Amino acid sequence: MLNFKLSSVKFNAAVLLGATLMFSSCGGNNEEGAGGDLSGSIQIDGSSTVYPVTEAVAEEYRAEAPDVKVTVGVSGTGGGFKKFTRGEIDIVDASRPIKDSEASVAQENGISYVELPVAYDGLTVVVNPENDWVKDITIDELKKIWEPAAQGKITRWNQIRPEWPNQEIHLYGPGVESGTYDYFTEAVVGESGASRGDYTASEDDNVLVQGVSTDVNALGFFGYAYYDENKDKLKVVPVDDLKDDNGKGAITPTLETVKDGSYAPLSRPLFIYVSSKATQSPATVDFVNFYLDSAAELSQEVGYIPMPAEMYKEQKEKFKQFAEGTAKKQ
Amino acid sequence: MTNSDINRLKDKAFHIFGIFCTFIGLVVLAIFLFDIVVEGVGRINWDFLTSLPSRRASRAGILTAWVGTLWILVLTTLIAFPLGVSAGVYLEEYAKKSRINNFLEINIANLAGVPSIIYGLLGLEIFVRQMRLGGSLLAGALTLSLLILPIIIVTTREAIKAVPRSIRDGSYALGASKWQTVWNQVLPASFGGILTGIILALSRAVGEAAPLIVIGALAYVPFTPSSPLDEFTVLPIQIFNWTSRPQEEFLTNAAAAIIILLIITFMLNGIAVYLRNRQQKKIKW
Repeated sequence: MLNFKLSSVKFNAAVLLGATLMFSSCGGNNEEGAGGDLSGSIQIDGSSTVYPVTEAVAEEYRAEAPDVKVTVGVSGTGGGFKKFTRGEIDIVDASRPIKDSEASVAQENGISYVELPVAYDGLTVVVNPENDWVKDITIDELKKIWEPAAQGKITRWNQIRPEWPNQEIHLYGPGVESGTYDYFTEAVVGESGASRGDYTASEDDNVLVQGVSTDVNALGFFGYAYYDENKDKLKVVPVDDLKDDNGKGAITPTLETVKDGSYAPLSRPLFIYVSSKATQSPATVDFVNFYLDSAAELSQEVGYIPMPAEMYKEQKEKFKQFAEGTAKKQ
Repeated sequence: MTNSDINRLKDKAFHIFGIFCTFIGLVVLAIFLFDIVVEGVGRINWDFLTSLPSRRASRAGILTAWVGTLWILVLTTLIAFPLGVSAGVYLEEYAKKSRINNFLEINIANLAGVPSIIYGLLGLEIFVRQMRLGGSLLAGALTLSLLILPIIIVTTREAIKAVPRSIRDGSYALGASKWQTVWNQVLPASFGGILTGIILALSRAVGEAAPLIVIGALAYVPFTPSSPLDEFTVLPIQIFNWTSRPQEEFLTNAAAAIIILLIITFMLNGIAVYLRNRQQKKIKW
């Protein structure tokens, strides 16, 4: 017969559980620290593009106010706005401005908000380093390549410029869910979310880098940081916006051209949105001010391009008025 | 060549083909492991295990991620284990062949094939919003429990099926009730198999990122959770986050975190094998 009892299994489980709890408790005791009399929690969620900046700020803010628990999620700009407009989070990271539909949900739920640009990103058009024919490209040519009508029709390089070779063109770009895609289509095609569908899409920009760097006939676009880290594998294409008032001819994206706005129209701002609910807490107000103070330095460190100093001052002023305005309502 | 020669040749050919098929899978796994270990093993040190996430790849660590993963594992086990085993026992021992039970069985099999992100959406609506648990460990564990319940139910049933009919008959012959038979004979005898199923199911849960991102698990959490209602992050989310960063050093971090995740999974599988072997030694019929 069986001489086994369930109780010995219970014992095993208890040992496992005990060991786990023992492990998990060893990291939790270093919360105390001097300085910073603020406490509370700040919940942030949203764009994975903005995430590195917010992560950096949250990391530095820990030294400033160790008792404020800042958490950051990455459910995407759309997912972040959904939570934000329901009042579930305090701050949303956004790689595009809020949409009308999202704004009206916020209004229904009695949430007002302030939009604060925190850094720039230069959407960078790249080709393979062995591509010796593309020296620059105009915004009209980009439109011709990417607009919905190009699908199945514009398939060879010489269809774009006659002097380019009669070879297939292979397109690489971010997936349609990303804010990067929304911004690019808006700036190039003129309508957010409208583009041809027959291109290689990936939500992971490293996959796009890989694709363009191994395909001579490739043309792709993604955030500046991914080009900056892979300069040896990619060739950047200067973009001509056909307007001479902000820099003549084709402009290469660099720290300076994105910052001074001459790399147009493909430099885009990255935002945080702060909810009126959140500004009731002094910790959040302090955190947002800290964010605007340190964003210039930290955004550059994680691969983005800081805004000019006076713009951060303007944003601080804008936020101050918003915070005071919402405080009075209470 | 005689007929039996040809048959022997066929046997030999299939033998070689079988070896080939087995090795394809192993070779791919070996290449993958080799690549990951070469890239990541140099990054693993005590600081990596005990540091918080950071924008500087060289200072970033996975403390909150692996602690979150262990929390999720323990909570998921506590929830899914009793539910799954009870459901399996019911379906195998108590349920009579009826339309409703047939319907239940088919649907459980179907559930095992539902993509994990769907469970995330379900968890978001039910646990996070309706039950107001927020993006907490408990909500995450409940969601993952749903995800692995079908696996546990199916393996529990298989393990119970393997218990010989004569054991049950013997128990009934001695006057034991159904409950006594199940609790004292069937469950102990099948426990090795059930445990294996549960641990394999947990190994699946431990690698999930998508459903947890949907329910609101975070990427940057500067504190380790101290209760099931705390917010959390897990290793797969940290890995996912690092692999999509432009800087090469973060990819190294991701490789190192993958090694840690693999070690956790291998440890789970090791425990499963150990418990099963111990169990089998104890069963004497």
